[in-house]
Amino acid sequence: MISYSTFRIAAQNGTITTTDSTRQVVSEIEKQKHLNAFLTVCESEALAQAATSDKHFATGSPRLLEGMVIALKDNISTKGIRTTCASKMLENFVPVYNATVVDRMNAHGGIIVGKTNLDEFAMGSSNENSAFGAVEHPLGDNLVPGGSSGGSTVAVAAGLVHVALGSDTGGSVRQPAALCGVVGFKPTYGRISRYGLVAFASSLDQIGILASDVSTTARFFDAISGIDERDSTTAELPATQSLAMIEQPLLRSFTVAVLPDSELAGCDADVLKVYYSRLEILRQNGATIIPAEIPGSTAWIPTYYILATAEASSNLARFDGVRYGFRATVGDDDEDAMIVRSRTQGFGAEVKRRIMLGTYVLSSGYYDAYYRKAQKARRLVLNGYNDVFTKADILFLPTTPTPAFKRGEKTADPVAMYLSDYFTVSANLAGIPAISIPAGTSSEGLPIGMQLQAKSFDDERLLYFAHHFYQLFN
Amino acid sequence: MNPIETVEYVAELARLKFTEDEISQFANQFQNILSYIQTIEELDLEGIEPLTHISQAENVFREDVVQPSLPLEDVLRNAPKRNESFFKVPKVL
Repeated sequence: MISYSTFRIAAQNGTITTTDSTRQVVSEIEKQKHLNAFLTVCESEALAQAATSDKHFATGSPRLLEGMVIALKDNISTKGIRTTCASKMLENFVPVYNATVVDRMNAHGGIIVGKTNLDEFAMGSSNENSAFGAVEHPLGDNLVPGGSSGGSTVAVAAGLVHVALGSDTGGSVRQPAALCGVVGFKPTYGRISRYGLVAFASSLDQIGILASDVSTTARFFDAISGIDERDSTTAELPATQSLAMIEQPLLRSFTVAVLPDSELAGCDADVLKVYYSRLEILRQNGATIIPAEIPGSTAWIPTYYILATAEASSNLARFDGVRYGFRATVGDDDEDAMIVRSRTQGFGAEVKRRIMLGTYVLSSGYYDAYYRKAQKARRLVLNGYNDVFTKADILFLPTTPTPAFKRGEKTADPVAMYLSDYFTVSANLAGIPAISIPAGTSSEGLPIGMQLQAKSFDDERLLYFAHHFYQLFN
Repeated sequence: MNPIETVEYVAELARLKFTEDEISQFANQFQNILSYIQTIEELDLEGIEPLTHISQAENVFREDVVQPSLPLEDVLRNAPKRNESFFKVPKVL
């Protein structure tokens, strides 16, 4: 698929139409059905939007996202289009309102072609937890694409769409982006409205962007970011203006912080090789490298899993089979039995495991031992980052400890699966922006991603550095 | 409580039901996950205030202006069972 910027120029010159491009996309999605990236394709809605885009191009008034082909993770609410969270619980759920991001991309001329597969309720790191089957890595070979935004990531990596939205609670945009070789960006908490994103862990959740380059990512971010009166946790800031900023030439000198080598000990040799060689490239291009010590990093994953599961157990309490969602049909004896049966049959194994863990850490007698401690450890992470970013522009680190792993490799051991988020959860704990960019390949030819993190609300500068680093690395 | 009893108790709180096999499997996985998250005990958290939310905002106020809410038909559209303009559930009492 041609890049969005190439498409935009061609459409402005009249050598291509949005209608043709959208038709092609729909037929390509059909051809690549084995990837299982899409749960719903909305062809008629997309073609109606494409016709409007063609008029805008014809009259020389294209909007910011005119004709851009977009996929949405299926936990983002779309009015009149099924939104399942890849769960039996919401298999037939058709939202009656749009998420704010959906309204905004529509207003900017974006074309939504479909809803993508994910780990059920965004809980997972391999996209093996979907009630509608696993997503395939574009390279096949029984590899996982990562998760939980696996379908969105594969849609971009396989060239089926220009851009896709995911959600990132502990790395669910950046981790699959690294495993599939695309750009995955998690903005600062509060920079993109979460209204209409089905909640997993509300203090950590952030909608994120997947694209094949940083420039498309920046353009899309500018279109959907900014305060939303329907999400009181959005920051009181207007939309970003990152597209113009990323084109500025790279500073002659800048400061990059790196983790102590001991923290990288668990990484695959190929990941380390790419990491050190890319660091050397940065050094040759004006970077001063300084050490970063973020206290408590051994407890990043435990802290994350305590807080995320606690919040999830509370958020998912709303699924009771009463007002919407799955209701178990067996027995109609009493309300309580109906609720227990609906939840038991409607949720998959990993979702139940996390609800159980979250309920446990919040239960009487354990609250102080786990939840309270994790909240304190979370402040430690935030303080550590604040300290790093008084001295450095960017923290540079791998996105994942390993390249894509095989299906079934980690499903039996939840802790091993959770550890694949080792380098991503801390950005959610601190609320800071982070981005994964393709940086190299393993000896077996699998993509390897590197991550850049910056201080809160420094999203535009983060994209600027990411844009330049991407060009230096590729 | 032993691990099996703990899992049964937590399942009741979470409004979930498990088979005996699932309960023993859960009890095992729970032990593993819990012993792993114990690493949080190694941190020195003396004098550190809990971070309850990352957002700087305290109260977000707006004018109390009447706006249209969802039409009744939309609200009931996804109801598993309904009776005219009500959600229908099994008997409560």
